[in-house]
Amino acid sequence: MSNYMVNLKINNIPVSVPEGTTILEAAKKLNFRIPTLCYHEDLSVAGNCRVCVVEQVGARLLQAACAIPASEGMEILTNSNKVRQARKHIIELLLSEHRADCTECYKNGNCELQDLAHEYGVNQHLFIDLARKRNYTIDRSSPSIIKDDSRCIRCQRCVRTCDELQGVSALAVAYKGEHQKISTFFEHPMFEVVCTNCGQCINRCPTGALIEKTYIDEVWDAINDPNKHVVVQTAPAVRIGLGEVLGYEPGERVTGKMVTALKLLGFDSVLDTDFTADLTIMEEGTELLTRLKKALVDKEKVALPMMTSCSPGWIKFQEHLFPNLLENLSTCKSPQQMFGALAKTYYAQKRGIDPKNIVSVSIMPCTAKKFEANRPEMRSSGYQDVDYVLTTRELGLMIKQAGIDFMKLPDSPYDNIMGESTGAAVIFGATGGVMEAALRTAYEIVTGREVPFRNLNITPVRGFEGIREATVKIEGCLPEWSFLEGVELKVAVAHGLANAKKLMQAVNDGILSYHFIEVMACPGGCLGGGGQPIPTNLEIRKKRAEAIYAEDEGMPLRKSHENPEIHLIYQDFLGKPLSHKSHELLHTHYIPRKRY
Amino acid sequence: MENKLKKVDLIFCKTCQDDIEVVKKALKRNPDDIINEIIDSGLKGRGGAGFPTGLKWKFAKAQPSDIKYVVCNADEGEPGTFKDREILDQVPTKVLAGMAICAYCIGAKEGFIYLRAEYNFMLNKLNQIVEEFNSKMKEVGLNFEIQIRSGAGAYVCGEESALFESIEGKRGEPRNKPPFPTVVGLFGKPTVINNVETFVYTAMINHLGAQRFKELGTQDSRGSKVFSVSGDTPKAGIYELELGMTVEDFVKEFGDGDTKAVQVGGASGHCVPRKKFENTIIGFEGIPTGGSMMLFNSSRSMYNVLKDYLEFFTEESCGQCTPCRVGCQQLLKGIEAVKRGERPASYLEELKKLAQTMRIAAKCGLGQSVANPFISIVDNFKEEIIY
Ligand SMILES: Cc1cc2nc3c(=O)[nH]c(=O)nc-3n(C[C@H](O)[C@H](O)[C@H](O)COP(=O)(O)O)c2cc1C
Ligand code: SF4
Ligand code: SF4
Ligand code: SF4
Ligand code: SF4
Ligand code: FES
Repeated sequence: MSNYMVNLKINNIPVSVPEGTTILEAAKKLNFRIPTLCYHEDLSVAGNCRVCVVEQVGARLLQAACAIPASEGMEILTNSNKVRQARKHIIELLLSEHRADCTECYKNGNCELQDLAHEYGVNQHLFIDLARKRNYTIDRSSPSIIKDDSRCIRCQRCVRTCDELQGVSALAVAYKGEHQKISTFFEHPMFEVVCTNCGQCINRCPTGALIEKTYIDEVWDAINDPNKHVVVQTAPAVRIGLGEVLGYEPGERVTGKMVTALKLLGFDSVLDTDFTADLTIMEEGTELLTRLKKALVDKEKVALPMMTSCSPGWIKFQEHLFPNLLENLSTCKSPQQMFGALAKTYYAQKRGIDPKNIVSVSIMPCTAKKFEANRPEMRSSGYQDVDYVLTTRELGLMIKQAGIDFMKLPDSPYDNIMGESTGAAVIFGATGGVMEAALRTAYEIVTGREVPFRNLNITPVRGFEGIREATVKIEGCLPEWSFLEGVELKVAVAHGLANAKKLMQAVNDGILSYHFIEVMACPGGCLGGGGQPIPTNLEIRKKRAEAIYAEDEGMPLRKSHENPEIHLIYQDFLGKPLSHKSHELLHTHYIPRKRY
Repeated sequence: MENKLKKVDLIFCKTCQDDIEVVKKALKRNPDDIINEIIDSGLKGRGGAGFPTGLKWKFAKAQPSDIKYVVCNADEGEPGTFKDREILDQVPTKVLAGMAICAYCIGAKEGFIYLRAEYNFMLNKLNQIVEEFNSKMKEVGLNFEIQIRSGAGAYVCGEESALFESIEGKRGEPRNKPPFPTVVGLFGKPTVINNVETFVYTAMINHLGAQRFKELGTQDSRGSKVFSVSGDTPKAGIYELELGMTVEDFVKEFGDGDTKAVQVGGASGHCVPRKKFENTIIGFEGIPTGGSMMLFNSSRSMYNVLKDYLEFFTEESCGQCTPCRVGCQQLLKGIEAVKRGERPASYLEELKKLAQTMRIAAKCGLGQSVANPFISIVDNFKEEIIY
């Protein structure tokens, strides 16, 4: 932004802003909120809903505040009669095209259109109801996402999200005039197109037109079935997001309250995905070291850089867009799926429960995990390993449905077994976290010493830069790892699939080379996942990240290999990392998919 | 019968100028002088919006950029307009000469003609002419090349920023303004976009001088303009007329004796009823027009006329912005409901308010101008709409 300042008046109050500042931002500076619908802080400006129009004194046309830069001498009125009438009309028009039966809508209570309709006291029936007569499609084909065109206001936030943040472009605008709509490639069902199920579009849809497919009723049924033993696992990022749905400000850590709430909801065992996050580090760390050994000592051809595999949106992205790099993906399942496979084997054995009576539920910040749980490969226990995946938002809704006063709950610890975890697992929820956790463990395996970073905080891989790189020099190796002596381990981290795409193109073209790459499909990592509370923006994601790192620092154990339950499971069940049993239960393979 | 209407023969005259000589002459002049002369001539854009052409060129020239573009808008999608087709068919090199002079003035090396998809039948011939012209430009020492792009077949792609998007290979959706094309235009570069006819007048002014042009027309509407006359008229066709005439003058020449209304400026223009013929000037001080003049006699139902227009806009809106996408549908459904008695006549007042909102809140000229036919027809032919 330029240093040159422009002076203008908004509602007769003078204000001075850097050249290029929009009227919307200038008004915010004076604490005037201008309503918006198509505008989103994470995205480019569209200026199509027109609900943000303001009056510029002397101009014939109203101006879209989100799109028009402030200019010298401008006099803006944000709340004149002309402006209010136009906004009211615009909201009334949107509602006339909209199936506005809010009581039946999943977004009721968290809908930007509904809020504006209320604020402007609109007459929903001023204009002719266009929605009733139209044949809108509701696409339920995906296990993750429901696309309901009857609730779409054509703001194109989803289109921009999928293109600008995710580089996928599964959604696009089709047709013109009254037929204009948000569509997929040749209007194929969502399940059949390039969509990664990341849910980022859901996070930015202002209405109920894009929502996750919910499995709340199925989970209530399981809980209420006396013959079922219902285990629930909670992903790292849920504990720092859930509070937002239940009255807290972003960045509140509610781990203990969440566990209490889950017990009150009636889950038979409340366990932690963090346990299998630690397990992932053991498996994936060993896999990395094995690949390095094959490359450096045995001079075998192995796929490097190795790439993380815990983000199912990223996996599907690779399957569609870079099928030639599938070998590079770690074969480790995501922590959710490791957990699912173990719940119906290891856990069932230990607890003496017939696995066919176990219902395995997971609470995820993610919508892609709903798809992942339904992949045909994910049945290594002999059953569907994870039966139902709920988002952070769905859990919030269940807690509300149960009438639980969340803020007043005491803390509880996780049950065991598979409830114990370390700080290394918690940071899986933030971009760079898997890398940091892996380095904490791998470095120590190889050298017998802690990673050379203050307080174990590997800050170069943290932060919100789209792509980050770091080099760790390995020195003082234990004898069996001497082949790594002096090696500069080159790693990279990307979050948001558009960044991943850039990185993959560079790797593919041989412009950049690394040993290990972490990719999370969602901006910010899982803390910004498609199943996390709405709204989202950079500020909120930063607060969630702070909470994650605080949770890590507050843990007594902060390295995956120090988790006592991890020792136990290798001792009693798995043998060692990459054992035959591990491969059977904890590893998977990938399939190339088509480009569109 | 006395007729004040003055026919002019500047545009289509094939012997008045040698277009390559016209460019050569311009190349000897200082660009600022050329631009100032165009400003002095009072020439306003002939594509509908009527922006002073010389100023547009001046703004583009002032932009510090190595890459600039000249674009000729030949999308001609306004129903009832077919003058640009005629110009490109009859005197194409006049258009190219105007573009070349513009390129010289602002410092552009590339030009585009965005040709309406329906005019593809001319494409081969035009391509040949353009190629010849391009090599002539090399010969005379102007580093400027024109290419033709075939339109996307949507009315909205005639809107300048949607046209840029379309040339860039994207969906033809209008952009936010500002920034205006002279600052951020095609491929994000400073761009002059003018109508086919506008370019011809720029070349002509360069050839004959501003004075000749200023002799024609009025204070606010200098020069002449090409009109596409259609509807209930025995003389449908293309006519170059001096600006500043009244609708009365026009109807005297082109009416069939029973004219009850004239739609000035096509679907997005205004409807002038008989009682206002005398006092309405065709031009920027009265009702501006991109050239379309449609006459209606008493056999026409103005309800049907309006309904046709609204159906056109409902289809042709790009659909991105709320006031236009939904507003058009509501206006259309609204008059139908009033006609059928499902809504009271007073609902027309609500619809007029809605049209006013569209006029000031829609994102581009398409949605903004729907109020023109709507309000002028509803106000002047209310009975026909209701009963
Ligand atoms: C919906 C819409 C369609 C338009 N179609 C055309 C067109 O077909 N030809 C044209 O010259 N201008 C058209 N315009 C006007 C252009 O946006 C632009 O103002 C014009 O090309 C500028 O040229 P001028 O200054 O020479 O008139 C259209 C505007 C709108 C809003
Ligand atoms: S999307 Fe919003 S306005 Fe529409 S039905 Fe749902 S809650 Fe109501
Ligand atoms: S879920 Fe992700 S990939 Fe799929 S449409 Fe939405 S943003 Fe695009
Ligand atoms: S689906 Fe949602 S985000 Fe996409 S255009 Fe419709 S309302 Fe906007
Ligand atoms: S006014 Fe109509 S054509 Fe113009 S941007 Fe809006 S929807 Fe598109
Ligand atoms: S928020 Fe500005 S136009 Fe939509």
